[in-house]
Amino acid sequence: MEKHITLPLTEELAKTLHAGDTVYLTGTIYTSRDAGHKRMCEALAKGETLPFDPTDATIYYVGPTPAKPGQVIGSAGPTTSGRMDAYAPTMMSAGARGMIGKGARLLEVVEAMKKYHGVYFGAIGGAGALLARCIKKAELIAYEDLGAEALRKLYVEDMPLVVIIDCEGKNLYEEGRAAYLASHK
Amino acid sequence: MTHTKTVGTMGLAWSISVHSYGIPKNLVALAMRGSNYYIKTKNENLTISAHIEYSIYYKNLKRTTEKENFMREIEVAKITDTLERLCIEANEHLPQDVKSAILQCRALEDGEIAKNVLDNMIENYEIADREHVPVCQDTGMACVFLEIGQDVHLTGGDLREAVDEGVRRGYEKGYLRKSVVKDPVRRGNTGDNTPAMLYTEIVPGEQIRITVAPKGFGSENMSAIRMFKPSAGLEGIKDFIIETVENAGPNPCPPMVVGVGIGGTFDKAALLAKKALLRPLDSSHPDPFYAELEQEMLQKINKLGIGPQGFGGRTTALGLNIETMPTHIAGMPCAINISCHVTRHQTEVI
Repeated sequence: MEKHITLPLTEELAKTLHAGDTVYLTGTIYTSRDAGHKRMCEALAKGETLPFDPTDATIYYVGPTPAKPGQVIGSAGPTTSGRMDAYAPTMMSAGARGMIGKGARLLEVVEAMKKYHGVYFGAIGGAGALLARCIKKAELIAYEDLGAEALRKLYVEDMPLVVIIDCEGKNLYEEGRAAYLASHK
Repeated sequence: MTHTKTVGTMGLAWSISVHSYGIPKNLVALAMRGSNYYIKTKNENLTISAHIEYSIYYKNLKRTTEKENFMREIEVAKITDTLERLCIEANEHLPQDVKSAILQCRALEDGEIAKNVLDNMIENYEIADREHVPVCQDTGMACVFLEIGQDVHLTGGDLREAVDEGVRRGYEKGYLRKSVVKDPVRRGNTGDNTPAMLYTEIVPGEQIRITVAPKGFGSENMSAIRMFKPSAGLEGIKDFIIETVENAGPNPCPPMVVGVGIGGTFDKAALLAKKALLRPLDSSHPDPFYAELEQEMLQKINKLGIGPQGFGGRTTALGLNIETMPTHIAGMPCAINISCHVTRHQTEVI
């Protein structure tokens, strides 16, 4: 199914999304990857607040290339989500709900998604030039010393995504492959 | 010196000293032939930078043509300049063989999601070509391969530093991402994407073949190596290839390119696998045995159903190349280097 959705990703909205849905997402999202997640989870462990309000937030696992003069952002496709598996349940327990990335997730993450009504969206890995076009605003908000891994606040319009794992734990990687194999015996 | 053949007319006579190159003492004259040479005199000694052919005239009036492999001088700054340009070109423009493979695979897909993903990948590389932006934000570690002719003398500085300077400038000028940390455990970005992963090889000739292959780590992380017992045979290798691709699944941004290195030592097998990724996807291993294996394994991989981005579909791999070399009686190393649909490389000869 094709859906146009507007953030924030509330629990009600999350429940309407199902694995395999094509989604065009509009709204504010935050970027973070390995080093940023490590730092945020360390902050949460110390009882500190995060650089952004995590409630119903969506995090895009991306480290973009630098913007050329006149560009909002450089190339900006997803990185492999599995490296954030160690941090994702903590982020969801703090209120974050949406994750945008690519690749498989651990069972612990899927269990946390079921518990907190999280949604895992896939953006097309390696399509950084195309995805950058949906990013209308980009602002560095924290961890500047991490370079490409710094935290950024992005405003995206109609970002093309696919729901890979929904809040019921249904998984497109399993279902899509099974469907293809069943129809090509 | 190699005596090749007796030649005709006398050309220019040279009276300056050429003893530093070990030319026979009874030499009285030289006649230059061909056009690819230049000469500069230094303290009355002759310095020749080029592969030249000349006639020499001995005191006994015997004339022969000789070929002498004089060292061709190349300033390392030229390598820096070339690398700067190649880093940017490689990141903005996919090789034609990769584009063709994506288009061919698109025509063979029947599922809506799979077709849509491949269409987006095509649109993506077209935008990158047109607008000079990186095809992918993971502009990779800069893998640099230098095939240096043995008749080249590098001047003007340190080669290692010249290579890193080329990468440094290319990644800065091209607005490419700096993705290198200075320590594997303690981390910390180097800030300029250096050092390059540099491989040098000495080959015949007087040229330098420079290849840059930016390698992203979404796919690099899904690579594998195994030291097989020879008794595992061909079946062992086939199973290992399928197992590695299965394990990679959606992580390396399929459709993948699979580089397989078989033979050598532990390290050589890995290098062969990386070099297999540089070979055009429409080429085959010269040995029909391995050429058939390439075809067979690609077909098997494309029946796994992983599909573009792992969403299900036919196209799990765009190509599979195998590189081989002799190995030890006790072993059969096999390395599999996984790459993605953004398999980048640019080459230039100087």
